[in-house]
Amino acid sequence: MAEERTVTKSNPFQGTWTLFDKDIKGWYKSYASLFIALVQPIVWLALYGKAIDYTAIFSSGSFNIPGVNLSKQVLDSLGSQFIMSTFGTSDYFSFLTTGMLAFIVLFGAVFSGINLVFERRGGFLSKVITTPVSRSVIVTSKVLSAVAKSLVQAAMLLIVGIVLGMQLSHLSVPGIVETFAALSLLAIGMASAFMMTALRTTNWQLQLAIMNFISLPLLFASNALFPIKFMPLWMQYIARANPMSYAADAARQLLLGSPGMVSLQLDFAFLFAFALAFLLIGWVLSQRFLSR
Amino acid sequence: MERIGSKLEQPLKLDQKAVIEVIHLSKTFGQKIKAVDDVSFSVYEGEIFGFLGPNGAGKTTTINMLTTQIVPSSGSALIAGYDIRKRPNEVRKRISVVLQNNTADEELTGRENAQVIANLYGVPRAESSRLVEGILNLVELGDAADRLVRGYSGGMRRRLEIAIGLISRPKILFLDEPTLGLDTQTREAIWAYVKTLRDKYSTTVFLTTHLMEEADRICDRIAIIDRGKIVKIGTPAEIKRVVGNDVIEFTLDSESDEVTRAVAEYVGAKVERTGEDYRVKVDKGEEAIPSIIELLASKGYLVKKVSLSKPSLSEAYLELTGRAFREADQEAVQTARMISLFS
Repeated sequence: MAEERTVTKSNPFQGTWTLFDKDIKGWYKSYASLFIALVQPIVWLALYGKAIDYTAIFSSGSFNIPGVNLSKQVLDSLGSQFIMSTFGTSDYFSFLTTGMLAFIVLFGAVFSGINLVFERRGGFLSKVITTPVSRSVIVTSKVLSAVAKSLVQAAMLLIVGIVLGMQLSHLSVPGIVETFAALSLLAIGMASAFMMTALRTTNWQLQLAIMNFISLPLLFASNALFPIKFMPLWMQYIARANPMSYAADAARQLLLGSPGMVSLQLDFAFLFAFALAFLLIGWVLSQRFLSR
Repeated sequence: MERIGSKLEQPLKLDQKAVIEVIHLSKTFGQKIKAVDDVSFSVYEGEIFGFLGPNGAGKTTTINMLTTQIVPSSGSALIAGYDIRKRPNEVRKRISVVLQNNTADEELTGRENAQVIANLYGVPRAESSRLVEGILNLVELGDAADRLVRGYSGGMRRRLEIAIGLISRPKILFLDEPTLGLDTQTREAIWAYVKTLRDKYSTTVFLTTHLMEEADRICDRIAIIDRGKIVKIGTPAEIKRVVGNDVIEFTLDSESDEVTRAVAEYVGAKVERTGEDYRVKVDKGEEAIPSIIELLASKGYLVKKVSLSKPSLSEAYLELTGRAFREADQEAVQTARMISLFS
């Protein structure tokens, strides 16, 4: 036997990595869940993205003004003017793909909470909270694993988008890297927020209800699917407070070169503040509430 | 075994250091349910301390508070000198817990589970894989180490929990019903290892169990808790004294009141006689028997038969908690309900 070692030292980085690794392992070792996670972006983009095609509405042959004989050329340029002024890019599919990046990150991040609930129910959490890892390490590892999973999905979604005909003229490596930085901030904030709702409960049904209750409204009240300038004013206020809008806006500016809702700097500042604030609140609450 | 047996009879040394000091500890759930009610006691370094009590007496709640899983309603405790309320992280660095429920992750292998916990205790990687291997072998899970816990039997899961609890080689080890559902061989192996830990590293062990025979044999001291309050604390021998001393019964070749008087005078206790059968209560039966036989022989009596019965911890426990009949009543009610359900 080795020498006496009765006072253990806990290294927060080792602790975070261990719990993060355990979470991710559980994910990729289950081929079914990995498969679903990777196929989901394809299904969403292929079905929703191709079904709702505002671009098609404004292409020649789809509309005409009776009694006025406009040439095909005029109609086409009118149509593309409509699309450009509405969506800030030449087609709705590109607009939607960039919005869906924020959407899929949100849907990945919301699982941080339910993951915690299941670890409590399974007993693993009650063991972990008796070890020297701090409560904030537990929360951080869960947030990071949710971030990693949702970024993998976002990468998949971007690839599918490119394959299915997204605008490529503005695409650049720095743009993609910065987009994923913005998406990470969104994921950190969202995962922390959903973690808070799960700090004490063993009620997974409630947690699922919370996920459903919050995530879809967050999607609708943002610019992810549709530009906010056409929304009623009250909804515009909500959309402008919604971090989803800033992530989608950053992605559009960086990947499509669209004119932004706000400046790129403001997008990042907002997302950074959101991520930091919710992570810190999560840490503070976990000290108090993360218990058996 | 002998070492412990002899230790039981010794009074606690005064220089022993308290590693667990429980001070007016209480936990109330909701408005009314007082799970633990103003409990104070100390556990000394290197002790194997048993915490016994009926279901719902407050054993697990106490362990959960001492191991910083839940926060006390009032009072506190010092673990290795650190307050469980003010310095929980320092407490966690010095303890390890084997909980009553299984905590291993079903989707990981036994080895992966043990490795995760070793990492959380900051055991260096180079050391931990060897440590994990050794400890899994100890609980005879070496062959199953790389199988998913999902496929483990109940006994295997229990053994894994115990292995994981031992991995950090803690200063204080909390065991909540650790051997429940284990076979005798595994139980013996685990207790032998726990004793090794104690002897080698003066690990203090705080355990709850329902097995009285086990508690009697393993524990240096025992506290009996009932309805959130400690009703008795002491060495197993002290606890057993609640139901009286050892009983010696012997049969002579004749009836004699002289014997009754002489033996009573010698042991300092009353001797009852029924015909040729005599009955006397003494402190240490094994030691008293030879001298009684000698005394009788010197007076010319022949002892034909002798027996010694010692009070069991179970008897003392039932006496102290008085639950035997209450639980039996409940069972009767339950049976009655079942019958009415099916008829």
